[in-house]
Amino acid sequence: MNVKYMYSLLAVVALLLIAWIGVAIGLKVVFGVIFPYLAVIIFIAGFAYRVMGWARSAVPFAIPTTCGQQKSLPWIKPNAVDNPFSKSGVVARMALEILLFRSLFRNTRMKLHQGPKLAYNLEIFLWVGALAFHWAFFTVIVRHLRLFLNPVPMPIQLLENVDSFFRLEILYDSFKMALPGVYMSGLVLLLAVTYLLLRRLFIPTVRYISQAADYFPLFLIFGIALTGILMRYFFKVDIVSTKELTMGLVTFHPTVPDGVSTIFFIHLFFVCTLLAYFPFSKLMHLGGIFLSPTRNLPADTRARRHVNPWNYPVPVHTYEEYEDEFRDKMIEAGLPVERMPEETPEEQTDTDEKE
Amino acid sequence: MNDKKLIIAGLVIFIAIALFPFLYNMGKASPAPDPVLTPEAKAAKQCVRSRQYMRADHMHLLDQWRHNVVRDANHIYVSPNGKQYEMSLTRTCLECHSNKAEFCDRCHDYASVRPYCWDCHLDNPKENK
Repeated sequence: MNVKYMYSLLAVVALLLIAWIGVAIGLKVVFGVIFPYLAVIIFIAGFAYRVMGWARSAVPFAIPTTCGQQKSLPWIKPNAVDNPFSKSGVVARMALEILLFRSLFRNTRMKLHQGPKLAYNLEIFLWVGALAFHWAFFTVIVRHLRLFLNPVPMPIQLLENVDSFFRLEILYDSFKMALPGVYMSGLVLLLAVTYLLLRRLFIPTVRYISQAADYFPLFLIFGIALTGILMRYFFKVDIVSTKELTMGLVTFHPTVPDGVSTIFFIHLFFVCTLLAYFPFSKLMHLGGIFLSPTRNLPADTRARRHVNPWNYPVPVHTYEEYEDEFRDKMIEAGLPVERMPEETPEEQTDTDEKE
Repeated sequence: MNDKKLIIAGLVIFIAIALFPFLYNMGKASPAPDPVLTPEAKAAKQCVRSRQYMRADHMHLLDQWRHNVVRDANHIYVSPNGKQYEMSLTRTCLECHSNKAEFCDRCHDYASVRPYCWDCHLDNPKENK
């Protein structure tokens, strides 16, 4: 039985309770000022530490994965993106990987059909879910800059307008929603993270390989998205006081205004946890994707020799040098030599060419 | 090989982006906006609902009002303390808060909110521009 998700769920519930109780007993400064600063410091320092650790690692072999025809004879058409030979090919491949998750798109599922016949089907839902999740999360983060910048720059206002272009207002007595404008990105994020979570919970093969560390970020991001949506559409928060708090953080004049509600502190505490957890978790794929040797190396192994740039300088004594040193003795002993002594230069070049 | 330099350059760019809000606001104090109450508003002391409710929820109230007037032809709002108000942005809200630029806009601009009230309620007669 796999109960790993329970640990993660309990951890997130515990975080919620910690923030709730902490604010209730008057630790607003801790949750509104100290934890956010700590989280940002841990995030930046941890991120730099992890990336520098990778930067120090050797890449002893060229190990690009190839998904197409390598550059070869002139009449064989190479696949410049899937088997990049040049730097521009690598850039194109990396861009497609980072922006569109191309390798995830290739995801297939093996199925045994009647017959028995084996078939590989395109498994597109993970790709769709991941794309929706990452792009929605990115939009949400950029959109949140309105709470951290004053005055709010035009591009961010533009993004807000595009994100909230459709109007939806539900005004039943029992269920009211959607004022002010509905941000699609928030809803897409919640739906996508729910899908990614349910996928891990209900597909047996995926559940089998899922660890607590896989569930925790999903539950945490689910909590962040949910508290954000609740705060915007349901338990309205005083946005001006909230921005006063966030602006206080980024201008180094931290204040905790009275109007800030508990749910905001819960939301903020979740975000702080995510930031502090980020560098030490699988979420570091944000930085790691740029440093994947299977993607960022050109597939030119047959044309160029890959030298490990961190190779330890080993003093070598090549066979040529060895022969130069002992040629006379070798000839004396009757051993074959590659190059005869200087007396017969023409003959020597001839044999060299033949070889 | 200069991979290390490239990686450090990328890392510096990432950190600069991550810390962008700190850099953008560097040296700028940004006090919370201070909406100005007109003498009429001050004299009334109490808005339609409590101050805290109005700060967080006024958009809900206005939406409800619009719905009630436009769909149900119901023009009278009874506040929890029993007082009756006409459900009208122009004739109730803007009657007291006749200074849109100093009252509404200050917070809306601060929070980067662009309500569409003003798509229709544009020619506010109480405000002389």
